[in-house]
Amino acid sequence: MIQVENLVKAFGPKLAVNNISFAVARGEVLGFLGPNGAGKSTTMRMVTGFIPPTSGTIRVGGFDVLETPLPAKRLIGYLPENAPGYADMTVQGFLSFAAELRGLRGAARRSAVDRAVELCFLENVRYQVIDTLSKGYKHRTGLAQSLIHDPDVLIMDEPTDGLDPNQKHEVRNLIKRMGSKKAIVFSTHILEEVEAVCSRVIIIDRGRIVANGTPDELKARAPNSGAAWLRVKGVPAAALTEALSGISSAANTEVLRDDEGTVEIRAYPDKTRAGVSLIRDVAELAAQQKWQLDELRTEEGRLDEVFRAITLPDTVKGH
Amino acid sequence: MNAWSNIKAIVKRELGGYFTSPIAYVFLIIFLLLTGFFTFTVGSFFERGEASLVSFFTWHPWLYLFLVPAVGMRLWSEERRLGTIELLLTMPVTTWQALVGKFLASWLFLALALALTFPVAITVNYLGNPDNGVIFTGYVGSVLLAGAYLAITSMTSAMTRNQVISFIVAVLICLFLILAGYEPVTGLLSRFASARVVDLVAAFSVMTHFEGFQRGVVDLRDIVFFASLMGFALFTTGVIIRSHRAG
Repeated sequence: MIQVENLVKAFGPKLAVNNISFAVARGEVLGFLGPNGAGKSTTMRMVTGFIPPTSGTIRVGGFDVLETPLPAKRLIGYLPENAPGYADMTVQGFLSFAAELRGLRGAARRSAVDRAVELCFLENVRYQVIDTLSKGYKHRTGLAQSLIHDPDVLIMDEPTDGLDPNQKHEVRNLIKRMGSKKAIVFSTHILEEVEAVCSRVIIIDRGRIVANGTPDELKARAPNSGAAWLRVKGVPAAALTEALSGISSAANTEVLRDDEGTVEIRAYPDKTRAGVSLIRDVAELAAQQKWQLDELRTEEGRLDEVFRAITLPDTVKGH
Repeated sequence: MNAWSNIKAIVKRELGGYFTSPIAYVFLIIFLLLTGFFTFTVGSFFERGEASLVSFFTWHPWLYLFLVPAVGMRLWSEERRLGTIELLLTMPVTTWQALVGKFLASWLFLALALALTFPVAITVNYLGNPDNGVIFTGYVGSVLLAGAYLAITSMTSAMTRNQVISFIVAVLICLFLILAGYEPVTGLLSRFASARVVDLVAAFSVMTHFEGFQRGVVDLRDIVFFASLMGFALFTTGVIIRSHRAG
């Protein structure tokens, strides 16, 4: 549904978006991650046709956003950053205005507004002026506006920003439910959200795509992904380190904690050797040495670690 | 067809925006009080002993100088301040549809304010026997004048997200358009410039082109002047909005 090729946006000499390409198909939920100012919002603004790119092409549902903006815009529902709304209108008035601009008339318009109100839990504030709403309601009004015409493509800039944990949960469920029928792109700072909702993640840093894959693929890029973590009592750290280093499937070890006879230690897998099980080797070693194991587990990479590793300027990349 | 229904939706929203806040009513009252004050007190309507609305229309360029920018200053600056411009322009709506819709809404509002001055026309008809054709052309000229100021205000409000700045710049531009053809100024100018230069400068003034309407003369050149002023200012508004988006 969305095809973006070699997208570039320059603000003066600064490249806000530097040669980004990606595609989103129907049924996909794409999460945009990145530090503040990485170019997420700028990219979304270009895809929705709000700002023209310096170069590159954007197609939505086969329509070029620059050449044929109107048919492309008809397919898109857009929630801009901070969910702006006309302060002097009621929720009802605002949603009917949005529906009218989307070409809905009469009964179709009324039922579209009803549906959006219900979907976003706005019944309580339906006839309230937007200016008087709390941040959560304001945000959901913006979300309702983007869903009013049941769009094929949904683009949301930080859809859960400013919501409380329950509302966040509701919005995530909503996105997940709609994800099977639409092409959805949303940006966020919250990593757990990405894991919960997205079928694919793109991490943007300083205008470039630095990672693109499923949440699991990205987690595998964490330095500690696949490492064996163990807590042992009554064995000196030095002895543990020596013994673990002897395992052929381990690359190196790291002592995480060492006090009062309890040692926590991590053995990193040797990633050059495929098809070996580090955890099994560690377990065998522990049994052989009769270590008193409190805990032994394989570590899954965490997205925030991957995120830090690939977006921080001075870390070694390629883990 | 589609374009027209988009424009209509925007006009409706904008007009609704005026009337949901008390500002619209305050504005209407101030406008009516001021027109009354200028017509009857400053313009000495009764002392003239004429069955005409000259003392009513003469003050419109000055009255509008502050009132029209006050109505139009929020057109785009508010949209930019709230961020709703991003919403509006990512809808299946072209920039010019949004532009025209917003302009028309404010223009209709001003026309409504002007229409509410109808008691003045009734009064003069009750007291004497005026030429109602002249009164009608006076109203037409006044609506065009308001439209011209409004288009300029729309342009200045697209330049900034600060309504006050947009108001001040609009007043300055409109003031220039008055003064270029204001008699004391043209008199001063004619002392050191040739008559042709003075005429050229005065040709840019709304005063010169509003005058005919007050006398009951509808000159095509005057209509073209106001129409092209509006066209130019709205076109420039579009250019400014587009350039903001282009960053």
